[in-house]
Amino acid sequence: MANHYYDAADLAKFGKISEYQKELADKFFSWYGAAFADSALSAKEKSLIALAVAHAVQCPYCIDAYSSDAYEKGWNEAQMMEAVHVAAAIKGGAALVHGVQMMNKVKEIAM
Amino acid sequence: MKSLQAQKSELASTEKQLAIIENGLSGNKDYALIPFQQQLEQLNLFPLVPTQLEIFQVNVGKMCNQVCKHCHVDAGPDRKEIMTRTTMQACLDVLAANPSFKTVDLTGGAPEMNPDFRWFVEQIHALGKHIIVRCNLTIILANKKYHDLPEFFKKHQVEVVSSLPFYTADRTDRQRGDGVFEDSIKALQMLNEVGYGIEGSGLQLNLVYNPAGAFLPPAQNGLELEYKEQLKKHFNISFNNLYAITNMPISRYLDYLLTSGNYEKYMEKLIGAFNPVAASNVMCRNTLSIGWDGYLFDCDFNQMLNLKVDSNHQHISQFNLHELQTRSIVVNQHCYGCTAGSGSSCGGSVA
Repeated sequence: MANHYYDAADLAKFGKISEYQKELADKFFSWYGAAFADSALSAKEKSLIALAVAHAVQCPYCIDAYSSDAYEKGWNEAQMMEAVHVAAAIKGGAALVHGVQMMNKVKEIAM
Repeated sequence: MKSLQAQKSELASTEKQLAIIENGLSGNKDYALIPFQQQLEQLNLFPLVPTQLEIFQVNVGKMCNQVCKHCHVDAGPDRKEIMTRTTMQACLDVLAANPSFKTVDLTGGAPEMNPDFRWFVEQIHALGKHIIVRCNLTIILANKKYHDLPEFFKKHQVEVVSSLPFYTADRTDRQRGDGVFEDSIKALQMLNEVGYGIEGSGLQLNLVYNPAGAFLPPAQNGLELEYKEQLKKHFNISFNNLYAITNMPISRYLDYLLTSGNYEKYMEKLIGAFNPVAASNVMCRNTLSIGWDGYLFDCDFNQMLNLKVDSNHQHISQFNLHELQTRSIVVNQHCYGCTAGSGSSCGGSVA
């Protein structure tokens, strides 16, 4: 194994996960394909959602893949950055809303 | 921006381009691409042979009013190579004698800038052939003498095929130059005014999408719907079909790929997306491409790489139908551009 955790070249090898467990990999890729297909939401809309989620989960492979995919599908730079802001706002909000929990606890124990 | 030729770029040389396409960049020995020929061999498609010669594609010259960053012709205002009337007459003689050619596809440069363009269209129309003109749109507004082109096209029932890399100004202008989007929109409105792209008029107006960057086109059908919705909503423009065309890694697009550091990744992307269905439907199987100087090629891309037809008679003045129908089509690594994903041709996706 390389002495670093992430290698950009690994993204193209994603399909190789089937070498160790084919049945589950096949199910995953089939489901993955279906989840991204044009349906009630367009493939283009789904690509922008994926870009936002990629940032929320901070997956460098996903960011690489969906920055390209979203741009290819026609989203522009401002739209893509706004999607990242939405992801960041949810992440920030998710942390911050726990401030209420903190307040509750402090109020509970404070005189 | 000038053509590669005017810049005296080493990429103006077709030998240099072929060396890069065939061997990759020098100094990267780990980088080996699967030869295109090998892919065809695995599909029993090698040697690649013609089906029937139906489309007669004439490049009437490299002269153009635009200098697009992705241009595979290296066209521009500084290019003076254009077809003479004598060569056009040789084309007309071949067309008159060979009924299998149903369509004549005129391209350039901006074909309308050739002083014999209108004469040529009139003569082809008189032969009863369907005519396609690959019009860059801005030429219609470039000079007063071109303002009546929509009427001229209509008179000869010309199918107009025009590049509009996107339905927004930013991507269009990045690829085609500042102000091109605005002028293209005006030109499309002028074409609509005479009936082009309007349902029931019988006047075909088709648009071409090509990626403004180092990536492949998205699915053609979805993109067409999006173009139609956006162009109608914002500019009241109608058109018939959208053709999604992949950029070929040659000439100015090759220069862009190299200078932006995208060349190897782009080639990997094309090869990774190789589609056997697209490979069997490539346009070179039913098309003959004629250069401004009368030489014959398998397609406009081979023409720009100076890869002439593999035949004893390589000039329009020596046209030999039997030889051309039994020839092997010349392939190289750039051919991956026509077989990636849904495939690509002058008429868009093929798979």
